[in-house]
Amino acid sequence: MTSPILRDPGNSGFVIELEKFSGPLDLLLHLIREDEVDITDLPIAKVADQFLSVINELGLNQAADYLEMAARLLRIKAQLLLPRRLGDDEWEDPRAELVRRLLEYQQIRELVDWLGHAADVRAERLGRGYEAPPPDAPPAPLQIDLNDLLAAAERVIALMPDPNLHHRVVPRPLDVEGATARINALLAEREQFGWIDVVGRGGTIVDILSAFIALLELAKRGSLTLSQPEPFGPMVITRATPREAP
Amino acid sequence: MQPLAKLLEAALFAASRPLTLEELASLDPSAGEMALRASLEALGAAYNDEHGVELVEIAGGWQFLTRREYAETIERAQFALRPRRLSPAALETLAIIAYRQPVGRLEVDEIRGVDSGAVIDKLVERGLIEVVTRGEGLGRPLLYGTTPSFLEILGLKGLEDLPRLEELSVALRRPTPVDEPE
Repeated sequence: MTSPILRDPGNSGFVIELEKFSGPLDLLLHLIREDEVDITDLPIAKVADQFLSVINELGLNQAADYLEMAARLLRIKAQLLLPRRLGDDEWEDPRAELVRRLLEYQQIRELVDWLGHAADVRAERLGRGYEAPPPDAPPAPLQIDLNDLLAAAERVIALMPDPNLHHRVVPRPLDVEGATARINALLAEREQFGWIDVVGRGGTIVDILSAFIALLELAKRGSLTLSQPEPFGPMVITRATPREAP
Repeated sequence: MQPLAKLLEAALFAASRPLTLEELASLDPSAGEMALRASLEALGAAYNDEHGVELVEIAGGWQFLTRREYAETIERAQFALRPRRLSPAALETLAIIAYRQPVGRLEVDEIRGVDSGAVIDKLVERGLIEVVTRGEGLGRPLLYGTTPSFLEILGLKGLEDLPRLEELSVALRRPTPVDEPE
């Protein structure tokens, strides 16, 4: 007989796992089979005594399910001891309910054997990647364009520092003067123009920054006014009306 | 092999789970059910004996599976993982749910004679059973049923493949009153 495995999951008391028995009905069935007695005519006194001694032995006398079964067996035993009149048709066998449950459980055990065998046979046939997918399976592989990949690689390579290089001295990249000259030329031509006219469509970040600083500077000087007629709309640059006196 | 059979072969190879007839039909909407079934049969025949894998009808669909005789060798080489065995408690619970579905926890507890809450939760987590409806009565208890994964791990085509209760050696019957032989 295997001994119970006790493990303590936190402080919530012991969970009892039996290698051999999955519950009091299972243990009871085991005892009945061992004694080779007729399940429909249970020698209840004998079975009850065996059951009690086994749960004591296995330390199961703390487990409610087993204790409940022990109490039930003792009650049936007591009921059977009560005298009854011969030929009493009303008499109902106190074992009937237990026998019904045992038969039902026995049927389940037979199904368990069948299912276990089916699962074993199935387990010998491997599907592709039989490892069960995790419940939160990752999304399907992403589709990626070769050009996107090359562009990304270029960006990463550009970011990689040259190991031989400690510091690169760069000339001031912003060309505010150049941008100012360009804006002044536009102001001379037109009274009103847009942001696109200043930087063009393919402007780099440096061009944009230079133009922006130049515009702010010119606006501060009063050469032009900046306005945005609608939220997120294009910026409108207007030549300022000449003032009376600078 | 016909083009349709080849298409099914490709799809069944790519999928790592059984594909149902409806799923296979979506591959080629112009193919009728008759043509699909005929192609599946041709595909199954093509894989008959001559190959290490075979086309198996399982869980309401079809899947390519390795032949049984290679399981041990493949597993020893650690190329694939055999599923872990279910505990007796899990199998008991599954058996009750499979035959009594939709069934609530209380009934499972009663038949097993032990609290089955934790086992049921684990089976739900593993996707072998699921809540199918709520019962009448106090608290409208959750009622469970088996899923296609249940059929898959047992290698069954459908629930009708389970043994019928009458076929079991223990037929559940009302216990007859104890008759003393005269």
